[in-house]
This record gives sequence, C-alpha cells and structure tokens, in this order.
Amino acid sequence: MSRKKLSRREFVAATALSSAALITAPYIRGAHAAGKLSIAFWDHWVPGANKASTELVNEWAEKEKVEVTIDYIPSQGNKNILTIAAEAQAKSGHDIFQMPTWWPHSNAELLEPVNDIMEPIIKENGAVNGTVTYLGQANGKWLGVPASVGSQIKGPCSRIDLMKKHAGIDVQEMYPAGSPPKADNWTFDTFLKAAEACHKAGVPFGIGLGETSDNVDTAGAIFQSFGAQLVDAKGNLTVKTDAVRQSLEFYKKLLAFLPPDVPSWDDASNNKWLVSGRGALIMNPPSAWAVAKRDAPQIAEQCWTHGFPAGPKGRFAPYLPFFWSIWSFSKNKEAAKSLLVRLSKPASIEKMVVASGGYDLPAYEKLTTLKVWQEEGPPKGTLYHYPNPHNHQTLSIAASPAPPKVAQQIYFQATLTKMCLRYFQGESMEKTLAWAEGECEGFMRS
Amino acid sequence: MVDVAFQQNRVQATKAVRKRNGLHKALKRKSTVAFLMTLPLILLIAVLVVYPAFYSLHLATLNKSMTKFVGLGNFEFLFKRDTFWLVVKQSCIFAISAVIFKALIGFIVAHFVHNVPANKQRRWRGMLLVPWVIPPAMSTLAWLWLFDPSYSAFNYTLSFFGIGPIPWTGDANWARFSVILVNVWYGAPFFMIMYLAALKSVPEQLYEAAAIDGANWWQRIWYVTLPMMRNIIAITTLFSLIVTFANFDIVRILTAGGPLDHTHIFATWAFRVGIEGSDIPLGASVSLFMVPILAVAAIFILRDISKRGNEA
Repeated sequence: MSRKKLSRREFVAATALSSAALITAPYIRGAHAAGKLSIAFWDHWVPGANKASTELVNEWAEKEKVEVTIDYIPSQGNKNILTIAAEAQAKSGHDIFQMPTWWPHSNAELLEPVNDIMEPIIKENGAVNGTVTYLGQANGKWLGVPASVGSQIKGPCSRIDLMKKHAGIDVQEMYPAGSPPKADNWTFDTFLKAAEACHKAGVPFGIGLGETSDNVDTAGAIFQSFGAQLVDAKGNLTVKTDAVRQSLEFYKKLLAFLPPDVPSWDDASNNKWLVSGRGALIMNPPSAWAVAKRDAPQIAEQCWTHGFPAGPKGRFAPYLPFFWSIWSFSKNKEAAKSLLVRLSKPASIEKMVVASGGYDLPAYEKLTTLKVWQEEGPPKGTLYHYPNPHNHQTLSIAASPAPPKVAQQIYFQATLTKMCLRYFQGESMEKTLAWAEGECEGFMRS
Repeated sequence: MVDVAFQQNRVQATKAVRKRNGLHKALKRKSTVAFLMTLPLILLIAVLVVYPAFYSLHLATLNKSMTKFVGLGNFEFLFKRDTFWLVVKQSCIFAISAVIFKALIGFIVAHFVHNVPANKQRRWRGMLLVPWVIPPAMSTLAWLWLFDPSYSAFNYTLSFFGIGPIPWTGDANWARFSVILVNVWYGAPFFMIMYLAALKSVPEQLYEAAAIDGANWWQRIWYVTLPMMRNIIAITTLFSLIVTFANFDIVRILTAGGPLDHTHIFATWAFRVGIEGSDIPLGASVSLFMVPILAVAAIFILRDISKRGNEA
C-alpha cells in the first residue's frame, strides 16, 4: 500500500474546494434542521385561548422545521415575573419570553433588539399607541414585539340599567355599537354626579383604592386626565403641582361615594362587585363581564364596556400591554424573530383575539376594528368600544411619562392610591405631597 | 538494585494495607458513618441555603442595575427611608406578638391535652395539629375569604349581633390584628405539640413531692413545670421567632402589605422592592436586614440554654 504525501499547496486547495462544495451544496432540511426554540407565553385565563397560540406556533414550527417547546406561565402569584427574574439572573432559560408592561425595560440590557422586524410589522399593521412605544422602546431600541395576548384596556364597564335609572345616563347612547362615541358630556363632573347618584341608590361604583394593578391603573388615568405627574419624562420631581392637588381633591370627593372597604380591594374585588350586582360601574377589561356571562347572565346582559370620562387635560384610559421579547442569551434568535413576525400577522392576531373572546387587544392602529368586538354579546356590541376603535381616548399607563425604571417603582409601590388614601383619611395636602415626594426621590436611585 | 526495588514494593504494599485498614477503621467509626449518612442533607443545605445566602450577600453589595459594587450603599440608602423603618417596626410587632400568643396558647392547650385521658389524647392531638399541617398558602386563602372586604363571613355573623362591618384588612390596626391572628392560628399547634412532649417528660415524682409540700396549682406550674420546660420553651421560641420574622405567605395573601404599607414585613417588602420593583439588590438588602436581628436573639437564647446545660 503506497502512501502519497500531501503537499501544503495541495492541502490548501483541497480545503478550499471542500468548503466551497459545502457552501454551495443544496441545504437539505431534516425534521428539526433549524434547531430548537423554547417559548414562555403568559397563561391566558380564558379557557381555550392558549390553544390558538399553540396552533399558530406549531404551524410555523412545522413549516420552518424548528423544534418548539411552549410553557404557559400564569401571572397568578407573580409566577411570570419570578421566572423572568430567575432567567435574567441565570442568563439562561427560554428563547422568547412574554413580558408584561414594565419588564422589557427592567431587563433592557438583556434583550435582543427587534427593530429589524418591528419596522415591517408596523408597516403592515399600522402604528402602535404611545404607551407601547413608551414601554417597548429604550433609546430607539425595540425591546420586544407587542403581544396582543393579555394586552388590555381597563376602561369603565357600566350597568346599562342602573346607570340609566339612577344617574340618568344612557351608556349605549353615549357609546353606540358600530358608531363613534357621543361622549362630549362624559366628563369628570358627570362621572362624579353619577357616582353620587348610584351611591345614594345603594349601587355605588366599584373603584378600588388598594395597592394592586386595577386600583393603580384607574388612579393613573385620573391623574393623567388632570395633567398630574409625580415625575416628568426627564426625571424631574413634579409632585407639588396644582394638577396633583386637583387630582387628590377629585379623589377625595369620589371616595365619599365609593364602598367604604375600597382601601383593601384587590384585582378580584371589583370583578366580584359587578358580578354580584352590587355596583353600577367598575374599571376593568371585559373579564368581569365574561365571568358574569357564565355565572350571572342576567347581569352580563346589562353590561356595557366604554370609554373613560374626560378630565381637564383630556381623556385617558389605562392600557397594559404585553411584549414578546427575545433574551440576548437565546441560542436561536433568527428563529425567534421569524416566529414573532408570524405571530404578528393580522390573521394570527385576529385568531388569538377571537380565541380570547375579544379580551386581548392588539397594539396596532389597523387592528382595533375586528369583527369579534362588534359581535360579542350579550348585549350585542358590548365590546365594540373596548379596543378604542375611534381613537377617542389616549391610552396610557399609570406613572408615565416618568422614566420607566422610576415609573415602575411608583406603579408597584402604589404611590398614587396611597396618596389618595392618605389625603382622604385626613392627612393635610402638603404632608401627603411631601410624603410622595420623598418616596419618588427614593425611586430615582440608579 | 533488585533488593532495593523489592524493598520498595514491600513498603508500598504495607502502606496500601495500612491505608485499607485506615479506611476500614474510619468506616467503622460511628462519626464517619453519621457524616456519610448526613452528607446528602449537608449537600442539599449547601446548595439550597448556603449558596443562596452568600449570593444574596453578593447581590446586596451591587447597585440597582447590578453593574457596580457599592459596598454597604444599599443599607445606607435603606436607613434613610421612612418606609424601611416602618417595616422594621412592623416586623418586630408582628413576630414578637405572634410568638408570645402562640407560646401562651400552645402552653394552655398543651395542659388541656395533657390532662385528657390517654386513650382520647391521640384524637385531640390530631385535631389540634390540623392548622399546622395545612399548607399556609391554602389556609390563608380561606382566611382571606373570611376577611373579604365586601363578603366577609365574620362580618356577616357579627351583623346578627349588630356589630360591624369591621374593615379586617382595610384599616391599618385591624389589618395588623388579622395577619397576627392568622399567624397565631397557624403556629400555635407547633408550640402545643412541643410543650406537650416536654410536659410528658416531667417526672411525676416532682409533682408528688410538690403536692406533699402543699404546693397549689400555680406553684406547681411556676416551680416545677416551667423550670423543667425552660429549654424547650427557649428553643421553640427561637425557632418560631426566626420563622415568624421570615414569614411571607400569610401577609402576602391577606393584605399584600397594605393598607398604606402598614402590614409589610421584611419578606413582603423585599419582594415588593426586589421582584415587583425590579431592584433585586435593594430587595436582597431588606431581607438580609433580618439576619443581625435574629442573630442577636439566637445568641441570647442559645447562650442561656448552654449556661443551664453546663450548670446541670
């Protein structure tokens, strides 16, 4: 057996040839040729809603030859934010994580920018609202793709009969199904009068003043309607302003007409208030109505979801978006981006919104008039105004426009509702403002 | 040369035999066996307790974005916050009052059970242990429904007597009372069972001697029962103090720290700041603040126990 010695020149030539052959050869895909992708989605409370997401992901995975695993992580007990914190610390975990409101910003340094896919998505679906930009972008870098799943507006859900009978307000006429709102008179003055009338009639509005999200969101929208900010967009303290004083005065008046136990309300309290038939109005996405549809259909038939009352500086409604973010330590970023593009196609979004019974809200301008909101009922059209189809109100989040990392502290420490409660319980205005200023100073630490 | 090599092999063989014997002897030693048997637990504690403890120490020295070492900067920041001192005060009120009531109720109930005829004791012990064996997150949910702001079963019952409605979780003082009550309900059975075991170990002759000396019920408790139970009382108190100080689930589920932060304790506030507020270093600092408080308590209590042990 003769052995031929390979010269250096021949070795280089052989290597170059084999490399070229490998590059130009047709790419034959195996069953999971494009690798693996693990996803953490928010576990939807609507039965069957997760199924729509799973189907969409599986369709994509089959086409792209990617092996996917999906974990549905609930927000009950903060399991989702605990998992986010754990994965951020370990720098290991899922490739895509569906993050709520503030979490893309608090993990900004660990997230893959998605500007390259956001541009075409926005081009196709229309512009996103200001709150999505505020929460989803840091220094021009998109931290995630807005997820329709779980995103919600927490506007008023009123009892048609009780509002008509006790406050003389026809909410269906004010917010007619299929037409733009005729709500010029739906202001804080009207709202306060209605609250008083319903209180007198024994069916008070159910607006909480506890420390959980629903309570803080309502307070946030009311403060913004007065133009009140505790910290401005540049990070300056703006607690001691007339706008903040006016907001506190308004809340003091409103609190007198609310149930006495509202300081201890959590996110379930307002739902129970509506479903039990004890109140004429709550501030919530249509989850309370959906529960009523199942447990108290006679009450669900009288529910109408509509816009927020307007304050001196405009009409603001709380909007809480979710984002699909990709961790920077993800091992399959390209596949992740490809999936997010697929999930953001109008048809995919509509499928997910329909599966949620109209609860989920897309962030995009062109997707606020889907059929599902026109058809859901009873009463038919009850959700028509839920996605803000006529851009009638500014969608916002409590504590904005403060820098998100400061705003997150204001939000979770419930500084707004605490201020209202302190002032209502007899603390002087200046003392309340001084307390809030001290708190906000602490939130600014870097 | 050969001899030397031979000698070397012999030495090595002797060494190996000695080594084998040494290992054999070590394995025969009770302490080695005990160590080996506890090794899995030691490893588990090292992984789940020691490592996280040191990691949280490390976290507490970082800035908010966890990019810079700030030494004791987080503690310095905390000491200037009113809310932090409110949390310290509340944690002390919560832990101390809950432990006192748990000990008191446990002591009284243990006496009752001790005096129940032996054949019925097992049933009573089982029933009284129920609050302690139910996972607290579950039982606290039941309490939450009892205290519900709008649909409280307690308020419903009290309304028949013209009392209430009481804002169980809506008023600062009532909310503090509610969280302490639930903690006492949950923890008193532990004290009861420990005290019951201690009561059973008190020699009957001591009571007989005291009876001959004409001691009344109170004197028997004061001069016989309590001195005999001192060590158990001290250890149980220390253990319960640590667990109560570090409590999370009861407060988190019942009030989440509200109203106006008036029921926050270290663990719930650490969670609010660290996880919900995404300021993990500050959250770690809050939870670490428990360590010196508990260490001081542990030193005093354990020193007292060992002193009495030496005296004995």
